[in-house]
Amino acid sequence: MTASTTTETVQTIIAELKDKQGALLPILHGIQNALGYIPPDSVPAIAQGLNLSRAEVHGVISFYHYFRDTPAGKHTVHLCRAESCQSMGSNALEAHVKTKLGIDYHETTADGQFSLEPVYCLGNCACSPAMQIGEEIYGRVSADSFDDIMNDLGADA
Amino acid sequence: MSTTIYISGDSTAISIGANRTAAAVVKEAAQRGIAVNLVRNGSRGLFWLEPLVEVVVNNDRVAYGAVNHSDVAGLFDADFINGGHHSLALGAVEEIPYFKKQQRLTFARVGITDPISLDDYLAHDGYRGLKNALASSQADIVKQVTDSGLRGRGGAAFPTGIKWNTVLNTPSEQKYIICNADEGDSGTFSDRMIMEGDPFVLIEGMTIAGLAVGANQGFIYLRVEYPHAHKALNAAIAKAYEASYLGDNIQGSGKKFDLEVRLGAGAYVCGEETSLMESLEGKRGLVRFKPPLPAISGLFGQPTVVNNVISLASVPVILDKGGDYYRDFGMGRSRGTLPLQLAGNLKHTGLVEIAFGMTLRELLYDFGCGSATGRPIKAVQVGGPLGAFVPESQFDTPLDYEAFAANWTVLGHGGVVAFDDTMNMAEMARYAMEFCAIESCGKCTPCRIGSTRGIEVMDDIINNVDREKNVVLLRSLCDTLLNGSLCALGGMTPYPVLSALNHFPEDFGLDAV
Ligand SMILES: Cc1cc2nc3c(=O)[nH]c(=O)nc-3n(C[C@H](O)[C@H](O)[C@H](O)COP(=O)(O)O)c2cc1C
Ligand code: SF4
Ligand code: FES
Repeated sequence: MTASTTTETVQTIIAELKDKQGALLPILHGIQNALGYIPPDSVPAIAQGLNLSRAEVHGVISFYHYFRDTPAGKHTVHLCRAESCQSMGSNALEAHVKTKLGIDYHETTADGQFSLEPVYCLGNCACSPAMQIGEEIYGRVSADSFDDIMNDLGADA
Repeated sequence: MSTTIYISGDSTAISIGANRTAAAVVKEAAQRGIAVNLVRNGSRGLFWLEPLVEVVVNNDRVAYGAVNHSDVAGLFDADFINGGHHSLALGAVEEIPYFKKQQRLTFARVGITDPISLDDYLAHDGYRGLKNALASSQADIVKQVTDSGLRGRGGAAFPTGIKWNTVLNTPSEQKYIICNADEGDSGTFSDRMIMEGDPFVLIEGMTIAGLAVGANQGFIYLRVEYPHAHKALNAAIAKAYEASYLGDNIQGSGKKFDLEVRLGAGAYVCGEETSLMESLEGKRGLVRFKPPLPAISGLFGQPTVVNNVISLASVPVILDKGGDYYRDFGMGRSRGTLPLQLAGNLKHTGLVEIAFGMTLRELLYDFGCGSATGRPIKAVQVGGPLGAFVPESQFDTPLDYEAFAANWTVLGHGGVVAFDDTMNMAEMARYAMEFCAIESCGKCTPCRIGSTRGIEVMDDIINNVDREKNVVLLRSLCDTLLNGSLCALGGMTPYPVLSALNHFPEDFGLDAV
């Protein structure tokens, strides 16, 4: 996406949503949905659109774990770290995932394919361990099934 | 004539292959020239049997499970379309003890109807509560809810009727109903299941709440981790508007109620009601000082009802059958039913809605069938990440808010996570401190700084650095958190930490007491 279309996308989203009550989160979601992240240079436009200071907008973006201000990989793996998944071996799975992808949490693989983020419960605790990639949720994930899923996703890269 | 087949569209069922099974059924049926009408229902909540396939034969539903996509051709060969015998055949779900022993009031329709079919909802007693509410005075609606004994299912167990009464009696041009669908507690998924499996019941409950207190705008604050629930809610809301169950003139009554879903952004603390309202207002989710109560000055400074998904979804049955009907279930001051969620290391994980009063042991063994790994259950964490670890010696505690409180444990949102004897509870205590540090909103010092300090202290204890001294320090840190925190994130982190320490000292390298 070129710089000018990015700016346009941001402007369109702001124009569309700014009259909602409490519009900031819907706008940030809109931008992250469209672009995969919230480019720092969109902050002034958001601030202006909502009559806020840039510091306020920045403060909100940085408060929420879900919002990111750097591009993510093509696929973001949200791996559950919470108790139910721990009870079913997520710590070992986590170690496997990090080795397999060669990255730690909040990092992206060098080829730009995968980012890794921790998540604290996906509501999938009846089939732990769990992870989410995009809108897909995976249950009873093992090292082997993780590798299969990665291969499937990597294959259609 | 086509055969109706139900395969769950619940996200947990999908996470273990329900979509692949559904695709295989459609493909196989087409190849064999069999006409099927596939319905993606909610989950019945028996997750060891998912993907569950139910076929309608002579108006009865015959179940097969767990059906992997590779089992599908064999099912057709066995003529499952006509209820044929197969090793995966289960008969009627209603006769499976796990299901049969339940009392499904709030979850009455989940797994039975097509979640986003309004016709189905109406055909299964939907909107009867609203009909009664429209014919009642505001005070009478609130009275039914008060009489039912319903207490908030989000964690604090505050009586819902009392909260509504405060909002009703606080005069204002604008009031709000907020549904807390942040469901951040690990080990819980009942909100998700009902939003995916019967979204209309939540919409109906919120509409009744709006009528009761005089609020014409509702928000569902939904966690972003629930994309399937988001879709189901939006689809159901659109249908409710089309059929005048939402909007300017609800069922010709002249009453107005608008409803919108808003997404959270991955902050656990935003499940705390005042933090949630800050977030809805477009701000950082810093917890507010109370008073003022949200019921008096809440969202945008207006009187606001904030209720959990299950609290609100329990209102339609109360208005339909009466407060007395609901109150007749349960024990002591815990009235009605609680949808419990069996999670973690259990053979039979799932959703168990049942009257208060059963013991934890019955739940873990009669329903859960013991651990999935076959090893002894060492402890269970009830009530989410801020809930205490309950040791075996307390498994006979009845599921009741007061009985749990008496043990320094919490029932909370009803999540039950089981751990086998390979788990180290000192590691779990460390994790609880880490979770608090990651999720702290930062407003109070004990929580913000104390939790990080707590991780270091736990590391020292685990690594046997000045162990005895650090255990004393850990206790004093917990004291500070208990007494000096503005909200339960800091204030209850000591529950998992101290319960682990007190019940499992040997995991901390201390002599057993
Ligand atoms: C840190 C924290 C997180 C919370 N998370 C949730 C949540 O995810 N869902 C919820 O319904 N209540 C949550 N609560 C409780 C709410 O503050 C509030 O009590 C509840 O939404 C009121 O609804 P109820 O009376 O129907 O339970 C949380 C509280 C705290 C302190
Ligand atoms: S206890 Fe923690 S999360 Fe709660 S208000 Fe204080 S700093 Fe924020
Ligand atoms: S604890 Fe991992 S999905 Fe709930």
